[in-house]
Amino acid sequence: MEKKLGWKELPEGDILEEGTARKFKTGDWRNKRAVYHPEKCIQCFICWINCPDTAIIVKDGKVVGINYDYCKGCGICARECPPKATAITMEEEKK
Amino acid sequence: MKVAKTGNEAMAEAMRQINPDVVAAYPITPATEIVMIFSQFVADGLVDTEYVAVESEHSAMSACIGASAAGARVMTSTSSQGLALMYEMLYIAAGLRLPIVIGEVNRALSAPINIHGDHSDTMGARDSGWIQIFSENSQEAYDSMIQAILISERAKLPVMVTTDGFIISHCLEVIDMIPDSDVKRFIGEYKPERFLLDIKKPYTLGAIDLQDYYFEHKMQEAEAMKNSKKIIMDVAAEFNKSFGREYGFFEKYKLDDADIAIVCLGSAAGTTKVVVDELRAKGIKAGLLKPRVFRPFPYKEIASELSKVKAISVLDRSDTYSAYAGPVFTEITSALYSSNIQIPVNNYIYGLGGRDIGIADITKVFEELVGISKTKKVERLIGYIGVRE
Repeated sequence: MEKKLGWKELPEGDILEEGTARKFKTGDWRNKRAVYHPEKCIQCFICWINCPDTAIIVKDGKVVGINYDYCKGCGICARECPPKATAITMEEEKK
Repeated sequence: MKVAKTGNEAMAEAMRQINPDVVAAYPITPATEIVMIFSQFVADGLVDTEYVAVESEHSAMSACIGASAAGARVMTSTSSQGLALMYEMLYIAAGLRLPIVIGEVNRALSAPINIHGDHSDTMGARDSGWIQIFSENSQEAYDSMIQAILISERAKLPVMVTTDGFIISHCLEVIDMIPDSDVKRFIGEYKPERFLLDIKKPYTLGAIDLQDYYFEHKMQEAEAMKNSKKIIMDVAAEFNKSFGREYGFFEKYKLDDADIAIVCLGSAAGTTKVVVDELRAKGIKAGLLKPRVFRPFPYKEIASELSKVKAISVLDRSDTYSAYAGPVFTEITSALYSSNIQIPVNNYIYGLGGRDIGIADITKVFEELVGISKTKKVERLIGYIGVRE
């Protein structure tokens, strides 16, 4: 079991190490799934800018997919993807 | 340098000399002038401050919290409904241990709507984790604003320095101002241990804390408030050494050999001193204890100072609407009880909504105390001064 720090050991003022969101996988909240269609993608990066959970995977300077560990299925990427592209669509999450 | 300043001008001048990195404020009567005058200092280039004109006091305190977390020296000012609107954020500032300083002008809370001075607003925030310093006059307000910067940064707790609405905020008094360069030297540069804009040492601030860690963090906050007592006294001693004006948790006025004593905060203490002098001339041993620091509450020190008097009256400029007593009374009596001191004490609520309290009113309180000191009986525990029946 993880040792819980006492008040004398904790850093003062509700402080934790950086990047703690990485440890918290929000993907299991999802009831709709963002699906990426690479053939339609125009690489505008609007989805990447808008994703609140940094769940758009970028490799070698290109959008390549969705990180389902963190994607909550909020649909912002699909909504913001330019109409002529519609490279991301929302689909029912299979439980 | 002796200059004539109102309480608001004195606080604004202190802010100019402190030259904070950020001031986010939403002006409100009777504190309006503090940020109005300060914004002119910003416009005139007399300070380097980033002045953020926000749309509410809730936003003012939120912006102060953000700026303080980012590593800035931050100040603001408010009063009454403004402080009430900040309420949610006050606890966050304290919980995140951010050294923000408010110049707070005490004013009644609505309803009925009223713009005049009483202590309801500040007393409403007494459990928010802020250090609270009351002022009797403009000089104390000015001096305490300067000390508050060091207190808050060392204690890692926010501080509110208060004056009484209109009675101090708008009253012109001669104050002794410290030269700009001396204030600058006294407060030094703010070097926070950690700050969010330090990209070399990133960290997470304000994460959710449930049953597993919330209590430990609040324990740290409680401990910080305890530790702030030494910091407050250290800063007062440094201030006295540099500028020759003495401050502490409270001021005693002819208390050491007093038979009867009044305890009151803020501007009413000045009137009480006049009455004490009058009574002393008649051979009545009257005295005053004026708490300056209400949070942290120096209960042992106050109980010890009051231990030798025969009867005490605690004057409260706010009510708790609890079918009991005022907030200062409950603190003083619990301080006496926990120190095993049994002295007859009564409570008077006075001055709500700026209702004047004069020499005659305070003389009556002392006259009643003379009787209580002989009979050792409090006939009426809680009374109200100056309210029509």
